[in-house]
Amino acid sequence: MAMSNKASERGIISQRAHFWFQRLHEGDAVAHLVTLIVASTVLVVTGLLVYELWIDSALSRQKFGWKFFFTSTWDPVFESFGAWPFIFGTLVTSALGLLLAVPVGLGAAIFLAEMAPPKVSSALAFVIDLLAAVPSVIYGLLGIFILVPWLRTSAEPFLNTHFGFLPLFQGPAYGVGFLAGGVILAIMILPYIISVSREVLLAVPPEQREAALAVGSTHWEATWEVVLPYARTGIFGSIFLALARALGETMAVTMVIGNTPQVSSSLFAPGYTIAAAIANEFTEATGNVHLAALMELGLVLFVVTFILNGLGRLLILATAQQGTARE
Amino acid sequence: MNQFPNPATALPKPIPREGNSAQASAGKTGPKIQVSRLNLFYGEKQALHDVHLEIAANCITAVIGPSGCGKSTLLRTLNRMYETIRSVRLEGEILLDGENIFGLDVTSLRRRVGMVFQKPNPFPKSIFENVAYGLRINGYKNSLAESVEKSLRRAALWEEVKDQLRKSAYILSGGQQQRLCIARAIALEPEVILMDEPCSALDPASTGRIEDLMLELKERYTIVIVTHNMQQAARVSDWTAFLSQGRLIEFGATPDIFTRPKKRETEDYVTGKFG
Repeated sequence: MAMSNKASERGIISQRAHFWFQRLHEGDAVAHLVTLIVASTVLVVTGLLVYELWIDSALSRQKFGWKFFFTSTWDPVFESFGAWPFIFGTLVTSALGLLLAVPVGLGAAIFLAEMAPPKVSSALAFVIDLLAAVPSVIYGLLGIFILVPWLRTSAEPFLNTHFGFLPLFQGPAYGVGFLAGGVILAIMILPYIISVSREVLLAVPPEQREAALAVGSTHWEATWEVVLPYARTGIFGSIFLALARALGETMAVTMVIGNTPQVSSSLFAPGYTIAAAIANEFTEATGNVHLAALMELGLVLFVVTFILNGLGRLLILATAQQGTARE
Repeated sequence: MNQFPNPATALPKPIPREGNSAQASAGKTGPKIQVSRLNLFYGEKQALHDVHLEIAANCITAVIGPSGCGKSTLLRTLNRMYETIRSVRLEGEILLDGENIFGLDVTSLRRRVGMVFQKPNPFPKSIFENVAYGLRINGYKNSLAESVEKSLRRAALWEEVKDQLRKSAYILSGGQQQRLCIARAIALEPEVILMDEPCSALDPASTGRIEDLMLELKERYTIVIVTHNMQQAARVSDWTAFLSQGRLIEFGATPDIFTRPKKRETEDYVTGKFG
């Protein structure tokens, strides 16, 4: 009796185990499906975005064609629109932001990952992550009340006096303008570059550094010639993340750039960016063509971001090949 | 479980005091490296206790002992690699050819005392660049290609890679990568090569090749190898140091350590009763 009880118990247990196994097996399929669906929403959202921008900008695309990219008029009254000043402003401020933020950010990341005592490094990393979370409107406020007056009264006159022979630093010092936009972007993207680059540098296996030290490298040589190249892809990643943020940044830039759709060789001149234009003009856009032109601006921003990211990937690939095949 | 060295393969007992004709600096008769009164602390914890050790030129000296006994730490003092760790403190003296290594510039010390690590760690560069790196960093510019070829030949890797020098080092197998790391170390013509369990990540065939290579290399270089593999120590080394809990328990000619250990602890370890 006891024996058969035990036997049937064992039977139940083995049956349960069987079910459990089956569930696990089907669970794999379910998990696969669920994650697949979640992942494909990314593609769907991107696709919808482009589709909507494409459809809604139809009026503008038909009216202006390719000219939209190259003309500089932006006249809602006569419904004549050209995107060039906005594209120009976006590219100039982003480039300026990167130019200022990459050396500083990379240097800070190297210090935090390689030189600073671990405690200092993680404490500072915490502060840097906080900086990345500050809303952009706050940066904009600081820009208006601190950066712009400083640029107007000190920095721009200084640049004009000493580097005035360059067209970049000619013309009246307004304070607001491309330079202010670029500097505010640099400040905003700095935490991204530092934070991500630091993580990437910390992830380089210590054996790499030791291998360099073991053949007589100094600490700096090991950092510069072995650790940094090893982390290269990740560091580029941090820079592209920063670039993406800079291209799309709206609030802070619109508060300091002057919001004037013009192309100028001087960094002191006021300008405009795509994102700022869309944000500022949507409420006032009454004509259909005006609305469509703003939609097309959005499309252009998407395309510009897409192209720059693509170029970035190519750059990574190109330098990776160089890294392994260099003589 | 333990194999004692086969008399046929057991190495002749080394005669360290006689010097060696292959050694350029053979004028000196003292040991290549002399470690005395060495104490090392990680923070509060003492990892090495009063270690004395003489390493003979053109011999292979094995350091054996259970995990955590401080054998890697001891090895890393010899090229001051332990300094990469913060909060480490060292007392005592280490002489390289009679010269205090703590008085030397650390980069020039490491040029003279090369190192091969536990895991193969080639740089993410081409095979050629991996070997040339140390030469470049130390300012050699002429005949890089020749030096690289010579080093790869000595590391018994040349025939396998000569047609793919420009390819990434990561296409190589683990054993090949480790020989590449040996080539990288010997490219600088060091006097001593430190090997920190160089075969622990390799299969038996690759291990055998590295061991053969070590026996060839000792003609030119003094080799110190840390290993947890006692058969390996018995096969390749001339001298063996047994370390336990940060203390040097016994040091002697390898056949003696494995067949006639003087200390009970050594005997327990080499016969597998311990550790």
